[in-house]
Amino acid sequence: MKVRLVDIAHARSGDKGDTANVGVIALRPDWYPLIDAHLTRDRVRAHFAGVITGDVERYALPNLKALNFLLHGALDGGGTLSLKTDAQGKVFSTAMLRMVLDVPDDEARTLGLPPAPA
Amino acid sequence: MSKTPDPSRIVRVASGQGFWGDWLDAPRRQVEGGPVDYLMLDYLAEVTMSILQKQKERDPAMGYARDFIGAMESVLPAVVDRGVKVIANAGGVNPVSCARAVLEVARRAGATGKLKIGVVTGDDLLPRIDELIGAGHSLTHMDTGAPLSTVRDRVLSANAYIGSTPIVEALAKGANVVVTGRSTDTALTMAPLRHEFGWGASDWDKLAAGIIAGHIIECGAQCSGGNCLHDWRNIPDLANIGYPIVEARADGTFVIVKHPGTGGRISVPSVTEQCVYEMGDPNSYITPDVVADFTTIHLADDGPNRVRVHGIKGRPATDKLKVSIAYRAGFKAVGTLVYSWPDAMDKARLADRVLRERLDRMGLRFDQSLTEYVGVSSTHGPLSVASGEAPEVQLRVGVRADDRQMVERFTREIAPLVLNGPPSVTGFAGGRPKVEEIVAYWPALVDKSVVQTSVEVLS
Repeated sequence: MKVRLVDIAHARSGDKGDTANVGVIALRPDWYPLIDAHLTRDRVRAHFAGVITGDVERYALPNLKALNFLLHGALDGGGTLSLKTDAQGKVFSTAMLRMVLDVPDDEARTLGLPPAPA
Repeated sequence: MSKTPDPSRIVRVASGQGFWGDWLDAPRRQVEGGPVDYLMLDYLAEVTMSILQKQKERDPAMGYARDFIGAMESVLPAVVDRGVKVIANAGGVNPVSCARAVLEVARRAGATGKLKIGVVTGDDLLPRIDELIGAGHSLTHMDTGAPLSTVRDRVLSANAYIGSTPIVEALAKGANVVVTGRSTDTALTMAPLRHEFGWGASDWDKLAAGIIAGHIIECGAQCSGGNCLHDWRNIPDLANIGYPIVEARADGTFVIVKHPGTGGRISVPSVTEQCVYEMGDPNSYITPDVVADFTTIHLADDGPNRVRVHGIKGRPATDKLKVSIAYRAGFKAVGTLVYSWPDAMDKARLADRVLRERLDRMGLRFDQSLTEYVGVSSTHGPLSVASGEAPEVQLRVGVRADDRQMVERFTREIAPLVLNGPPSVTGFAGGRPKVEEIVAYWPALVDKSVVQTSVEVLS
């Protein structure tokens, strides 16, 4: 089943120099392991291919049911050097939530995940 | 400073300003809406110091966050009559002048002698840069590794981020207002807790708790329902949003609350969003006072608009301080035009091609240029999914160069497109784009031992 990340997580992002950080938080605690399993470093790297110029770092915060990603080279130089509308990386959060996950039907049913609209 | 810890005693630190430019009404609302012991006001962003430095060069009495003077006016009765104490990094590059301006506010209000202002100095490294470089402190850029000598002649300001110790010292000397320069945002919250509860300089877990309390409230309403994605439609009464307050105890646990009758929402999701804001490695949140571990934070629902925070662990601080350096980094300008249906996006793309061809033909070579299509892909780039035809598109083109003339020339090329480019174009009422000098941020580290802070109490 296709599940949209925006339906199972919320997020906030910010900047540090030319790096955007995106914190992804499970909407329900029992959805955190699924998000933790799907949002690998490689998956996030692939998601932001063509959007960022640097690498991705990943940190887990199981205490907050959250993952933190550092997206390097995300902000066109960052801070005042950047020409971007989103020079401070404020909406990389919602860019992350555009991700769609492939979840086995059984697992999706057990967890009560909302299916992506057709 | 050493007080008998009473486990039931609560100290309330209220956040009244998350950045310079935040809601002017918030400080007054925080001291009038219910009980608070301290009002914490954060005014400094990364390049604020350089703006203040420029102001000080023009007028030696300036160089601090002017909004703070209005804020002090609005909270003066609470400070004078009810003993609320104020801690702010509004001093910028001129904390002494800032303190004098606040004393003047008190004098005008007939409260002469009622304020004792602790002024923290020593963070300003600008006069010492050559001495530091000469002594082997290369002030290398933390991200790029370049030594500061590469931009030395363009440096505008240099300030060490200082921790809670001088603020605690000011409070111990009886200050009821503390004005600092480049303190860390989090120290403004942690210092009063350290002072009230007598936490030692190596009570790592408690210091870390104070730092995380500071992190949660340092952006004002961003933890109490502002900019909150979780359930945003149902967050009540944003027009009347309540700014956050830390209710802290001596053991390092605390509850995030807001005043009764205010709007917004404090919930585990709203506080979690703020916890991850601007986060690096959550295992090591490095401050001058302690290294806090965000993976040890536990949040629990503690009733309506109350979130309890506990379990926080910290580790010894490093022997370095971060230094915020600002330097001149060329010029930039951004021009915009709006194209309407039909085929808005195609028209905007054609206009961009025409513009670039002209700039190219003039031989203008920018260090950086960027085209965005606002309404289509400016925020999510290639991740954006077009759903149907855009009714309108804003073309937004930015350029950056060391040469001001080159950027000026660019700004003359936007308006002509209205008459000599693709059709259905509007939105040029603002006139020619403004050329802006770029002041860029250079983060570095320096040995703690070279920075000496001092505290003076004025009244």
